Amino acid sequence: MTTIAEMPAGFSDKVLSAQSTFRSVMDAMARPGSIQRIVAAGAPLGMMPGAAAIALTLFDHDTPIWLDSKMSAGPDVGKWLKFHTSAPVVADSSMASFALIGDPQSLPALERFAFGSNEYPDRSTTLILQVESLSDGPVVELQGPGIDGTAGLHASLQPRDLFERLSINAALFPRGIDVVLVHDDSIVAIPRTTRLVKKG
Amino acid sequence: MYVAVKGGERAIENAHRLLAHERRGDRDVPELSIEQISEQLSLGVDRVMTEGSLYDRELAALAVKQARGDLIEAIFLVRAFRATLPRFGATEPVDTGAMQVRRRVSSTFKDIPGGQILGPTFDYTHRLLDPQLAEGFAPEAPATGHASAAATPRVTDILGRDGLIEPSPAGDKDAPVGDLTREPLNFPADRDLRLQNLARADEGFLLALGYSSQRGYGRNHPFAGEIRFGEVEVEFMAEDAGFAVPLGSIALTECQMVNQFKGSATEAPCFTRGYGLAFGHSERKTMSMALVDRSLRARELGEEVIAPGQDEEFVMSHSDNVQATGFVEHLKLPHYVDFQSELGLLRKLRQEFAGANVTPPMQEAAE
Amino acid sequence: MNAPAYNFAYLDEQTKRMIRRAILKAIAIPGYQVPFASREMPMPYGWGTGGVQVTAAILGPADVLKVIDQGSDDTTNAISIRKFFGKTAGVATTTSTADATVIQTRHRIPEAPLHAGQVLVYQVPIPEPLRFLEPRETETRRMHALGEYGLMHVKLYEDIARFGHIATSYAYPVKVNARYVMDPSPTPKFDNPKMDNCPALQLFGAGREKRIYAIPPHTEVVSLDFEDHPFTRYRFDAPCALCGAGDSYLDEIVTDDKGGRMFVCSDTDYCGSRQSAGHRGSESAAPHKERAHG
Repeated sequence: MTTIAEMPAGFSDKVLSAQSTFRSVMDAMARPGSIQRIVAAGAPLGMMPGAAAIALTLFDHDTPIWLDSKMSAGPDVGKWLKFHTSAPVVADSSMASFALIGDPQSLPALERFAFGSNEYPDRSTTLILQVESLSDGPVVELQGPGIDGTAGLHASLQPRDLFERLSINAALFPRGIDVVLVHDDSIVAIPRTTRLVKKG
Repeated sequence: MYVAVKGGERAIENAHRLLAHERRGDRDVPELSIEQISEQLSLGVDRVMTEGSLYDRELAALAVKQARGDLIEAIFLVRAFRATLPRFGATEPVDTGAMQVRRRVSSTFKDIPGGQILGPTFDYTHRLLDPQLAEGFAPEAPATGHASAAATPRVTDILGRDGLIEPSPAGDKDAPVGDLTREPLNFPADRDLRLQNLARADEGFLLALGYSSQRGYGRNHPFAGEIRFGEVEVEFMAEDAGFAVPLGSIALTECQMVNQFKGSATEAPCFTRGYGLAFGHSERKTMSMALVDRSLRARELGEEVIAPGQDEEFVMSHSDNVQATGFVEHLKLPHYVDFQSELGLLRKLRQEFAGANVTPPMQEAAE
Repeated sequence: MNAPAYNFAYLDEQTKRMIRRAILKAIAIPGYQVPFASREMPMPYGWGTGGVQVTAAILGPADVLKVIDQGSDDTTNAISIRKFFGKTAGVATTTSTADATVIQTRHRIPEAPLHAGQVLVYQVPIPEPLRFLEPRETETRRMHALGEYGLMHVKLYEDIARFGHIATSYAYPVKVNARYVMDPSPTPKFDNPKMDNCPALQLFGAGREKRIYAIPPHTEVVSLDFEDHPFTRYRFDAPCALCGAGDSYLDEIVTDDKGGRMFVCSDTDYCGSRQSAGHRGSESAAPHKERAHG
């Protein structure tokens, strides 16, 4: 059993690390496809430092969290989240403010998450997807608010058809799913307004 | 040559110094103490605690002093401080039935278990200015008697036993307590949030709305079932300890209005409720609140919404005096650039108007 | 007595998290007003509590903050807000539009073009562009949900019928990313085109009305108009009396009670920079010091 003393630490400076992480996430969301770096944070086994920092910055008892089977396989992630953020972990993914995906290959159908309503499109799930690489891999060309012309992203992404699945955002807008891709301490955001132009 | 106005920073500092000077007033007059305000302007302090939604007499009295007696300004000071306080959770519901009653009147029954207790009230004072008070005056010690051991059940509970009044909705103990200071308000709002809004609402605004309902703008036939004022115990459920820990007692005023009955083919007719609660001794506030609470239940009770007091969005959006005074008073901030934009447009429209009215008089005559 | 102790940038961390989450949703849904649990700030509603909360939630020690009101760094409320953040967050402040990383504004967009990496935070009194046409939140929310903006077009059209022009000169409604009709806050319509395809991130905070909304960088922002009555900017047709600028929005200064008036830049940083660079208007003071010695 993990004791509190053995629990991986969170931020060294709660206030300023949260601020700098938030700015990275905000910049990522404001400039879809761009790679932003996040300050280091302690992370439990199975969680990348970037994902852990986002959790420490944005999760609390008002944000139900859904964990995929890989994240919830061991007790570490759940315990760490409860200890550092007090966020409730929920079994129903459609209730979640955030979903942590450790094994993106088996990402559930997007319909299982919350898209928000037309009146309150903000009441939607934000997916945090841990991926293999955000610097190597086939290029995808993106377009939309926050992008001057088009943005190219080289990444090894699972699921392979992520962007095809996200095309549901175009049909549902303003309802939709926002995604943050994480690899190590790098993040890339794909808000619901971003459209795939070309896939390499 | 034109030099743009500068030195705003100095102006602000000097204004604050001047304000402090004016607040103090004539320095030959002894300075007010917080205790004096708390003890001798107690109803003002009660109002600041209620509308500031923070039960702390000392801070409320300080706020009254700092605000130079401007109660809305004092409420604002308390609210801004309250917003920075950490939340430990919600207390257990207080039991006003177990209140240590200092005043209790019912206008619906001549005698009630536990009796009517007139208590400290302006109600039967003759409003004659009292020169004695101006000179400083030691009042007689209050009359004392033996407190009755009899319980003082709420009048609405007595009516409720016979089903004559709708039951008070049973609260779900485990349901989260709504808090409009922590969650954005959405319409339609549930009664818990409406009551919270009304408890924080400006007394004058509620007074006017309650009054309007009595004059026929959404009349709901109220009787003051009971108004009680006294102390209640506050308890907090400590998760770790597993039992409720007493935190102390607070003074509250509660008003339960008994209103116009409802009924249908399937439901026996019964009276309906309107509820008011405030910190300290605040009868006008709680009575007005109870009237408006009942008015706002129009939707729930299937009544036609025809009057301002029944209109939830209207009432809840305009009841808060800190919000209202901010937006009204912000008109004194500079609006140079938008006004300039309006001026430009108005000049252009007037020019076109003048042009249009010079040329076509002939045409008009021909038509 | 409960002596107060305040966090970095005043707001407690839980409040910042709540506002930060709202900002992220606002960016993801450009022009949509995200409800947030606005806190009671130590300054009055109407003085910029929404903008202050947004700024407090994003501000870090490395930021350089500029605060303007009516385009000017020297108006009392701009000074007051700048001092608030100087005190509670210890951040560097500036009056230079180019040097600032975060600019909080009331009623103006700076004249100097904004650049990538900057954040412009607007103070908003009434975030709902449809509010004066339909006072009910439940109704306006439905209209936004359906993208049903006929009422707004009817209003603008009635203006034309009555006055010959769209009689809205500030807080002129825009459509963001071809979806949401949005209130740009009471900026003069002169500033509207600056919002379109702007490289900076634009955040809007309405404290009393408890809404946050956003325009991401490089997002299409179109001022509503009609083909036969296209949107036009307005500025008084004169050069600035101090710097001679012919392209800036002007304040009208009443100089006497006999109809005397002059026009000067509302953006004091823009005007000052131009004067430093040697530009002169009809009422300029003696040549700028650096110049005189140079």
